[in-house]
This record gives sequence, structure tokens and C-alpha cells, in this order.
Amino acid sequence: MIRTALLVAGKDLRIERRSRVLLWQVVPFGVIALVLCGLALGPVGVSRATAGPGLFYLVTLLVTLLMITRSHAIERTAGTRSSVATLGLDPAGVFLGKALALAIELWITGLVLLAGSVLLLHTSLHGTVKALPSIIVTLGALAAVGTIYGALTAGDSGAGTLLPVLALPAFAPLLIAGERSFRAALNGGGVWEWWLIVTVALVAYLSAGILLYGVLEES
Amino acid sequence: MKLLSQRLLGPLTLVSLALTVWMGLVVTPPDRTQGDLARLVYVHPAIAWVALYLSFGTATVASILYLWRRTRSLVADQVAHCAMEVSLVFIVLTLITGSIWGRPTWGVWWAWDARLTSSAILGVLAVGYLALRRANDDPTLRARRSAVFAVLSAINVPIIHFSVLWWKTLHQGATVFTANRSLKIHGSMAWTLLLSFVAFTLLFVWLLRARYRLEEQRTVSQTSSLSVALEQRRREGAH
Repeated sequence: MIRTALLVAGKDLRIERRSRVLLWQVVPFGVIALVLCGLALGPVGVSRATAGPGLFYLVTLLVTLLMITRSHAIERTAGTRSSVATLGLDPAGVFLGKALALAIELWITGLVLLAGSVLLLHTSLHGTVKALPSIIVTLGALAAVGTIYGALTAGDSGAGTLLPVLALPAFAPLLIAGERSFRAALNGGGVWEWWLIVTVALVAYLSAGILLYGVLEES
Repeated sequence: MKLLSQRLLGPLTLVSLALTVWMGLVVTPPDRTQGDLARLVYVHPAIAWVALYLSFGTATVASILYLWRRTRSLVADQVAHCAMEVSLVFIVLTLITGSIWGRPTWGVWWAWDARLTSSAILGVLAVGYLALRRANDDPTLRARRSAVFAVLSAINVPIIHFSVLWWKTLHQGATVFTANRSLKIHGSMAWTLLLSFVAFTLLFVWLLRARYRLEEQRTVSQTSSLSVALEQRRREGAH
């Protein structure tokens, strides 16, 4: 399972490195969305700093939706699915691999968005560094959820519009826990309570994905 | 016996609902602090019971049965679909009756309360389930994907149930199943509350049965219209 996961993650990341969709499309979209959030809040710096954690996660959710669509579009190219089926790869390994690749992409994008949040929204750098462990776990959980929901809608008519309807309600608890944890780190409060909730969510969604991904990929 | 229960279900549901209305509006007294507004307790909790536990629970169990190879059948998928539709109707009714109570009590139609928000999310998930079904033409793929989605969405139900304990919420805590098992409602009010749960449970069974029969007829109609179309094409080919 682990070997398959590493194989699939490596394949997805190699495709991403060659196509540079993340670099030229997804990251710029995230930065533009963050700038627009700053503009929407108006010129008062304090409100931007207060809203920083929420806006960071909101933009991250939008970016995640783009990445999920992209991640499953790779599998839809001619012959890919039949090749994967012929190879007899463990579906749990395929799920873990796709989730890992998505998580790595999200961590990279997240770093850029955090830098943008510090520079544009004046979020405290010290608090942001303190919030990093919880952000890493939250983005990992988003990748796990996203991979399941991406497989649910892959190839459907109107998958692009259906994915947000299905995935955003599932993202909501992660958004709340991630935002509270980030805010607690900025205000000098305890972050571990929320960090624990996100970790439990990560484990739950990874387990669900390992159990159910095979059913979704059955032909 | 089966025919008798089928014939009795409708009238029994209507009688129990009428009895609930009569007891709730005429027999029970107004509450000491909330006055007539408290009468919503004979409607709102029973509707929420059907929405969250009966309908969503039925949809989840049917979905699990579909996912398990030994019990996999399109009947389980159809039951899950019908139960989810009933659930959506009752989730919307739960939110509406809750808002009617919230406006005079909290001063707002909607509050960002954990119980309210998580219930609204469940409603969006039910809409998502129905949208997912519409996006697929292949019955097997549709059944498989919707079953997985229903099971994943069911995680929300315990969150809604325990939200009043886990967070500081505006929504009141349990009235009947309290932590120390002491009832917070007595006399005719308690009996009317119990009757409302029976009445709405019967209504759920009635609606689910009617919706399932409709689904069966729709499937038969689709199959027969396909056969007619194929027969017509064959005749055209013969000429």
C-alpha cells in the first residue's frame, strides 16, 4: 500500500512539475483572491489583521477546489484509468498517493499564501510561525477530504460545479478548527485543543478514504 | 395483515397528527415563561427527530447495505434515495420551525449557533446527495457514489446531536433525555410531546412508503418506455 502510494504521489507530482499548472495558474489565483479579500475589507489595517486567519483559510479552500479538479482530471486522460486497472494497484494506496501529492501541493501553495497574508493583511509573523503545525495538519486533512470528494464527482456531467456543493460542507469543520487554531496562535492562546480536533479529522478521513476509495474506483 | 397495515397507516397518521394539534393547541396550558410560544415544542423536536435520526438514519443504513457486497441491491439504493428526499423536506421544516421560535426568543431569525449551523450544513449535504444522483446516468455508478457520499455525510448527525454539549450554544439542551435522566417536561405537556413523536414517526413511514412506490413505478415506466421505443425502431427497420 505504501509503495503504491509513493508511486502514485510521485507520478502526480512529476506531472505537476512538468505542466507547471500549480506555479502559473493555482498560486497566482490564490494571491489574487487574497488581494481581493484585502480590498473588500477596506483600508482599515486592524480589521485585515483580525480577519487574516479566516481569509487565509477561505482562499485556501478555493485553491483546494481547483487542485482537486486538476488532480482527478489527470486520471481522466485517455487510457489512464484502464492502465491503472490493468496494473492491479491497491485502491487504498492510490488514495493515499493522490492525497499525499495534493497535500504537498497544498503545503507549497499554503506557504505562498501565508507570506501573502503577512505582507498584505499584516498578520503577525511570530503568530503565523506558531500556527504552522496546525496549518500543516489542516491542509493535510483538506487534501484527504478533497481526494475522496474528487473521486465522487470525477467524470460526472457538471463535475466542476458539483464538487463545491459536495466538498464545501465537508470542509466547513476544518475551516472552523483551522481558523480558531490560527487565531489562538496569533492571540497567544492555546492551539493544541483545535490542533487535536483537526488531527482526529485527518485520521478519520484517511481511514474513510482507505476503506471507501476502492468502491469509488470499481469499474 | 400486510394489506391491513397498509390501509391503516394513512388514516392512523392523520388521526395521530390531528390529536397532536388538538392536544397541543387546546388541552395543554401555555408555558409559565414562554406562553403560547412553547407550543412549538410539540412540532419542532418531532420534526427534527424525523429529519436527523429516522430519515437520515434510514438513508445511511440503506447506503451501508448497498456498499456491503452481500446485501448490495438496487432496492437499498432506492430506499436511501427516497429517505434522503424525505430527510431534506424535514431538515428544511426543522430550520423553519426553529426560526419561528428563535425570532421572538433570541430576537433574530438566524443565529450562528453550533446546532443551527450544523443542521443547515446537513441540509446542504442532503441537497448535494440529490445533485450527485442527478449528475449520473449509469444506475450502478450513481448508486455507488451516492452511497459513499451518504455514509460520509452521516458524520454530521452525531455532531448535531452533541453540539449543545460540546459548545456553548443558544439552542437549549435536552428536555427528555437529559444527562441525569430527569424529565424537564411533565403532565399533559409530556404526553403531547410523546404523541407528536409517534405522529411524525408514522408520517415518516407513510411518506417513505409513498415515495418508494413512486420510485418503483418510475423505474417500471422507464423500462417499458424503453422497450416500446426499441420495438418501434425494430418495426421501422423491418419496413
